[in-house]
Amino acid sequence: MEGTKKPAKVLIYILLIVLSVLFIAPVAIILMNSFKGRFFISDNTFAFPNASTFVGIDNYVNGINKTDFLNAFKNSLFITVCSVLVIVFFNSMAAWYITRTKTAYSKILYYLIIFSMVVPFQMVMFTMSKMANMMHLDNPLGIIVIYLGYGAGLSVFMFGGFVKSIPLEIEEAAMIDGCNPIQTYFRVVFPILKPISITVAILETMWIWNDYLLPYLVLGTSEHKTIPIAVQYLQGGYGSKDMGALMALLVLAIIPVVIFYALCQKNIIKGIITGAVKG
Amino acid sequence: MQKALKKYFAFFTFPTLIAFTIAFFLPFIVGIFLSFAKFTTVLDAQWVGLGNYVKAFSDGNDFLNALWFTVKFAVVSVITENIIAFFLAVLLTRGGRGTNFFRTVFFMPNLIGGIVLGYIWQTIFNAVLRPYAMTLTTNAKYGFWGLVILMNWQMIGYMMVIYIAGIQNVPEELIDAAKVDGASRSQTLWNVTVPMVMPSITICLFLTLTNAFKLFDQNLALTNGAPGKSSEMLALNIYNTFYGTIGFEGVGQAKAVIFTIIVAAISFLQIRATRKKEVEN
Repeated sequence: MEGTKKPAKVLIYILLIVLSVLFIAPVAIILMNSFKGRFFISDNTFAFPNASTFVGIDNYVNGINKTDFLNAFKNSLFITVCSVLVIVFFNSMAAWYITRTKTAYSKILYYLIIFSMVVPFQMVMFTMSKMANMMHLDNPLGIIVIYLGYGAGLSVFMFGGFVKSIPLEIEEAAMIDGCNPIQTYFRVVFPILKPISITVAILETMWIWNDYLLPYLVLGTSEHKTIPIAVQYLQGGYGSKDMGALMALLVLAIIPVVIFYALCQKNIIKGIITGAVKG
Repeated sequence: MQKALKKYFAFFTFPTLIAFTIAFFLPFIVGIFLSFAKFTTVLDAQWVGLGNYVKAFSDGNDFLNALWFTVKFAVVSVITENIIAFFLAVLLTRGGRGTNFFRTVFFMPNLIGGIVLGYIWQTIFNAVLRPYAMTLTTNAKYGFWGLVILMNWQMIGYMMVIYIAGIQNVPEELIDAAKVDGASRSQTLWNVTVPMVMPSITICLFLTLTNAFKLFDQNLALTNGAPGKSSEMLALNIYNTFYGTIGFEGVGQAKAVIFTIIVAAISFLQIRATRKKEVEN
């Protein structure tokens, strides 16, 4: 901050530090309360746990058992990873075809897919979940098909934009060398798409991992439920609410996100910027 | 090359096309049809014309209330989120120590899902209101401001990242030229930086606006519309119409069509606004 006067510099730092504390505090408070007995949480939310309120990991055991959390974690991981892989694989193929051919078919398909980005989920939620039931897609494997179709808007748009920037000569050279379109795509084009594939994967991961309503309507609160469904299930159910279990579950839900952030911070930031500029 | 490629349309596009038809296209078309019908399971649909649309507005005022709540929320949250994010971006592009740490901290909440965010803040707001013998659902205004604070906490970091990218793209020569001409720091900010990052500002305004209109998870987890339906936003209102009352599925679908038209109109304005900017540059 060269050029800024010293008192101003100090003030800016104080402001930034205060803001950082405000940004971290909510998560820290939840973490603190996750170690308190369930009846002490609402009474004294801002107090540290003490000898009489501390319960160790009881809340965690409780929360995990009540919601079958480990299973939900497994489902979330499976659905997110598989959907993202399938999206990157198939949507990039479609985007390449659509961008490289100028037929009515590819134009109509492109605009329909882009249009789906604009439509709010409530418009299709009822009919889509009914259809998923009828076609037996209401399981972790079937929901991948739904995500492939519903995630197409963002990814076809971003892949398409990237393909336009690839010089046509590279693909034509491959064709002249005797590659058919399938070989050209997988040997030449797909490797070039790597940076945008990472961006798309990051953006779709952030969406699918946290998505609540779509998996709730398709999978329900059965043994197939994902983490957001488990959290909502614990809280939305009847009877007295177990605040302790809720605190523990919130912490457990945040941990994978923090790990993901720590591992891919640079790519996430890059993805956000690319996504925003394109969108 | 086009000619050779065209023959492979099935190989390249069918996986996406089939999934897209199942997940979006058919549900969308059937959805429009069902907004003119009475049904409980799709297959028992009976044509009722515009009845559902009339009911959407006449059966209580809850839909209009939700619309009004959403509009108020959108206006307040879009303004606060963007102003705070912009100034954070300005402070964090001056290359001071700890810049990366601050950016990391401010962005982190954005990755947490809406349901989890809702329950984090519900716990905190209820703790704050408890000494006054109130909760978040005592009065709709607590739900409103609670949601504004929650969304600021979630979105500021996201918008900040986009603004930082915009500010870093301003050519240094421009800033230096302003300095040479004797412009003060705030003059440079207002007369050079702000006009240069106008594209980022447009993007962020629309991102926050459509996000505010489509908000569902946070609304559901924080207050679930309580007290009564007074803190219910459009998306939650439609959800409750569908799944809350038997026999109102058609009305829910009609509301969803209206909702779609509103959101599509906003997106259309966005496309026009960004196109215009591109021409000017």
